[in-house]
Amino acid sequence: MKIDWAALGSVFGVSLVATVALVGLFTLGVIGLSKQEQAAAQGGSAALARTGAYACFALCLAAVAYGIYLIVA
Amino acid sequence: MEHITLLLAIVVVTALVFDFTNGFHDTANAMATTISTGALKPKTAVAMSAVLNLVGAFLSVEVAKTISGGLINEEGIRTEVIFAALVGAILWNLLTWLLGLPSSSSHALFGGLIGAAVMSAGWSAVNAPTIVTKVLIPAVAAPIVAGLAAMLATRLTYKIGAKTDEKHTAKGYRVGQIASAGLVSLAHGTNDAQKTMGIITLALVTQGVVAPGSNPPLWVIVSAGVAIALGTYLGGWRIIRTMGKGLTDLRPQQGFAAQTSAATVILASSHLGFSLSTTQSCSGAVMGAGLGRKGGVVRWSTATRMFVAWGLTLPAAGLVGAGAEFLTKQGTWGIVAVAVLLVAGSGVIWSLSRRKPVDQHNVTDDDLDGDTEPAGVVTTAIAAVTPPPAGSVAAVADEDLKTTIPAPVPTDPAAPPAPAAAV
Repeated sequence: MKIDWAALGSVFGVSLVATVALVGLFTLGVIGLSKQEQAAAQGGSAALARTGAYACFALCLAAVAYGIYLIVA
Repeated sequence: MEHITLLLAIVVVTALVFDFTNGFHDTANAMATTISTGALKPKTAVAMSAVLNLVGAFLSVEVAKTISGGLINEEGIRTEVIFAALVGAILWNLLTWLLGLPSSSSHALFGGLIGAAVMSAGWSAVNAPTIVTKVLIPAVAAPIVAGLAAMLATRLTYKIGAKTDEKHTAKGYRVGQIASAGLVSLAHGTNDAQKTMGIITLALVTQGVVAPGSNPPLWVIVSAGVAIALGTYLGGWRIIRTMGKGLTDLRPQQGFAAQTSAATVILASSHLGFSLSTTQSCSGAVMGAGLGRKGGVVRWSTATRMFVAWGLTLPAAGLVGAGAEFLTKQGTWGIVAVAVLLVAGSGVIWSLSRRKPVDQHNVTDDDLDGDTEPAGVVTTAIAAVTPPPAGSVAAVADEDLKTTIPAPVPTDPAAPPAPAAAV
């Protein structure tokens, strides 16, 4: 009986890193947008927060696109 | 010749029924967290999942080469064995659904196949080491991997989002959750509809209808996709409730972390060569997310029942598969008997489920036990609306009318109000 520990290990590692990274990115994006909303409510603008948020969402979107690619391929 | 085509028709129909049960059994994987956190309305969620399952079925043309992934020796497998295996898998799927326990549909199919193959050709038909590497180790690894990832992700998102107002972020988490749930649905449609296509194609090949090694005919792809989508749309509300509410209480952040972890684990495992069960990954992710929040609790009694179901899946489906194969070996009458038993068993399980129905209206109720106050009100309200009791009430009213109308009307002053009351 041969157990493919290497494959299991890489599944473990990739899942852990990818999940934490994606959730972290997305949270940063959500926070960025809420900062921008608060700033807008006070009449100001938070361009940096907004740009950062969009960058985070773009990365998440890329991850989703890669996920779809993996399903199709 | 007639016998062959009848058997083939039965196998195709049974495979599609299995596909259907697979659909509603696994809706929870994609949509339980989305429904319980309120990101999507229950019916919207299952509709979206159904559409993505259907799309997923058409996405990939690479059909599963072996239906059991090397668990049993598939050379010279007889059509009856496939039929018996499907019966075992369907009945186990229905039973776990009745109990509201998420368990792997693939493992149920594996169990049925093993049981039927052993009954048909003896223990040598089974590849024992593969059971350990393909079923036992993944069953332990999947919840740990997904759970740990979801737990760390939940901690992280609570930590960096600690200073923000939940009002502003709720919408964002909702979108994220829907995206991850969509990915899980799509992957499910591709993987599991494919499995059914593989089974039907294998049956067609064994009966010489299509040439070995050929792609499934279009009608097979379409019917497998539609069957899984219909099953998904039906919604396995009992399992959704266990996964979304029973294991732990989920907030939007946790739901997002859990669903993202599940989607990542499913995609990573299927592409790095160590297949993990979707159901077990999702359940693990939900529990991990429950542990990740401060003050979050996991209901270990529910979790334990689920673990027990996972352990029983292979042997239980195997026993039913073996029993079914024992009957189908006896000839045509045996095959008919198994088909009748399958229908009867499904009917019994369905009627048992009507005692305490779970549907899109009470799927997110806080109370888990239908007997006590809050959910009891909903359940009785629904029970009152469903045909059987309403029908019997109407019948009683009818009898009242029939008995009161011929009664001597003018002599008894108490009589007139009676028909009015009955109406």
